Amino acid sequence: MSILVNKKTRLLVQGLGRVGRFYTDLMVEYGTRVVAGTRPGKGGTSYNGIPIYNSAAEAAREVEFNASVIFVPPPAVAEEILAGAEAGARVIVAITEGVPVLDMVQAKAELARRFSQVTLIGPNCPGIISPEECKIGIMPGYIHHKGPVGIISRSGTLTYEGVRQCSECGIGQSTCIGLGGDPVVGMSFRDLLALFAEDPETLGVLMIGEIGGAAEEEAAALIADGYPKPVVAFIAGKNAPPGKRMGHAGAIIAGGKGTAAEKVAALESAGATVVESPAEMGTAMERVLRAGSLL
Amino acid sequence: MKIHEYQAKELFRAHGIPVPRGKVADSAEAAVEAAVALQAQLIAVKAQVHAGGRGKGGGVKLARGTEEVGELAGAILGRPLITPQTGPQGVTVRQLLIEEGCPFERQLYVGVVLDRSAERPVIMVSAEGGVEIEEVARQRPEAIIREHFDPRTGVAAERALHLAQSLGLGADAAKRAAAIIQALARIYVTEDCTLIEINPLVVTARGEVVAIDAKCNLDDNALFRHEALAELRDRSEEDEREGRAADCGFSYVSLDGDIGCMVNGAGLAMATNDILTLAGGAPANFLDVGGAADPERVTAAFRLLLEDERVRVVLVNIFGGIVRCDVIAKGILEALKVLPLEVPLVVRLEGTNVEQGRRMLRESEHALIEANSFAEAAEKAVAASRGGLA
Repeated sequence: MSILVNKKTRLLVQGLGRVGRFYTDLMVEYGTRVVAGTRPGKGGTSYNGIPIYNSAAEAAREVEFNASVIFVPPPAVAEEILAGAEAGARVIVAITEGVPVLDMVQAKAELARRFSQVTLIGPNCPGIISPEECKIGIMPGYIHHKGPVGIISRSGTLTYEGVRQCSECGIGQSTCIGLGGDPVVGMSFRDLLALFAEDPETLGVLMIGEIGGAAEEEAAALIADGYPKPVVAFIAGKNAPPGKRMGHAGAIIAGGKGTAAEKVAALESAGATVVESPAEMGTAMERVLRAGSLL
Repeated sequence: MKIHEYQAKELFRAHGIPVPRGKVADSAEAAVEAAVALQAQLIAVKAQVHAGGRGKGGGVKLARGTEEVGELAGAILGRPLITPQTGPQGVTVRQLLIEEGCPFERQLYVGVVLDRSAERPVIMVSAEGGVEIEEVARQRPEAIIREHFDPRTGVAAERALHLAQSLGLGADAAKRAAAIIQALARIYVTEDCTLIEINPLVVTARGEVVAIDAKCNLDDNALFRHEALAELRDRSEEDEREGRAADCGFSYVSLDGDIGCMVNGAGLAMATNDILTLAGGAPANFLDVGGAADPERVTAAFRLLLEDERVRVVLVNIFGGIVRCDVIAKGILEALKVLPLEVPLVVRLEGTNVEQGRRMLRESEHALIEANSFAEAAEKAVAASRGGLA
């Protein structure tokens, strides 16, 4: 088991340009079933055996898919998300960085109105992977191993760091999700914690948060409310100066809000195991799982 | 991206929000000339810098005649202005806004930001303007009235009037304030702002409602559709290194320490600063060279770090995912061909082709300090910054 994506996932790639093709090759190599791609003006051609259509709607008329990944440039991301939903994708992963925040505000409101069953991940994220089953995104596949830990993170390479640390401790992963580094993204920590709670294969969750916003505090409220699985957390950006954007558009302490200290306090009081050092994510996970006789 | 008060006021004017008459001046002479043209009894002299808290730092003054304008302008221009937001070194004032003074009876606050939890913009109004709104929010949160709005429709006329009335304004002033509330929400959406505020929005004895201050931050990601606004970028207001990094396509934030950091990925870069601090060190910067660090960017980032006289040791922490460690190693070695390395360099590579990357660094003529884990990298960098491993 895993959450959201698995062997049955049939993927549409929206935006088979240079970048899209590069990552599509790596997804196919990993074993993901890429069934179609889109690129305006290239409909009717194909790429390494993958049929290309002019739009998601055109692809939907010919091919069956239930997920999509978006590589189009920032100005087109919001409309591609809605086009993917309209065309039948139920899990949509937007990789692109640099999407205007108001575009996402409107796209999410539109999804909620018309496509409430659609799960959006990203934008500005590495994607989602259920090891040995399906990879949608740009993460290096080989560091992942199948196992009992669900990983949720707002970052890219720091997620890989968490994955590698778990893998080195002999702990594999059920599903790993990068939420995205923007102020408004699709799925939240809270949404995914709820899904992991229902997944029998997932025995514990590693959440990697960072400064900015209140997504970690909202997750803490869910954990405090009797979350059934152990949660290990790390919050990045403890010494970030207020008012400065730390690489991610969403990683900013604004008006004194969104500090690491607030997030750590909320998670600790909710009962999560918060590690101070980012080098201890894997060992803490191992310790927590052993303590619960889950390893 | 931040813009100056006078630029925000031009935006306000274009959207029908009343602002005082005024002109920008970059010299005491120009300031006097602008004051003469205003023919006003009371003249405001306002430093145009991006940092907030200008009033507290002495960057906003009132003059009672053109002569005094000249004196004040001479005293403020060309000097560093230190405010609670600038740090002890302050920022140099290069421009002043010379404005007609506007005597008022009441000071209000109106602002729009994104409520990240609700994922909608929220308009905030308060009858307690003229003071730091964060302070009001902390001490008397009930003094700020908030209302979310749909960016497609903006704030409806009756909602705006309701908000204005909640500030205890007379009928005419409430109508005027309502129109300003609607306009502010409209600017927030049409210009892709991340924050827009008027503090204070004042009510005059005659019931006029005027924006005597203006603050506007824009969404960097949306500048592609606002060419005219993008041109308002003022490089002199930016940290010089931050500006250079942005030009090279990576993200840099100056910090106070002496360990120069180069990391790929924002989360890992923040975590690297955290682990260094935890190990007793002090990072000189945050630097995210990008998830897919390419050799050119690695070289540019190296240049930025090695030219920073504060940096006593450089720590490279790279998790090669899709970008391979051998490519990163090659980038580092290329950079060192053109840049003299006079400080210890600690390198931690992890990920794809890591052995090949490490071997390339080990076999080079440079005496690099190799670290095989995240924690070890931090320890070695901190030790080197104290002169222990150089």
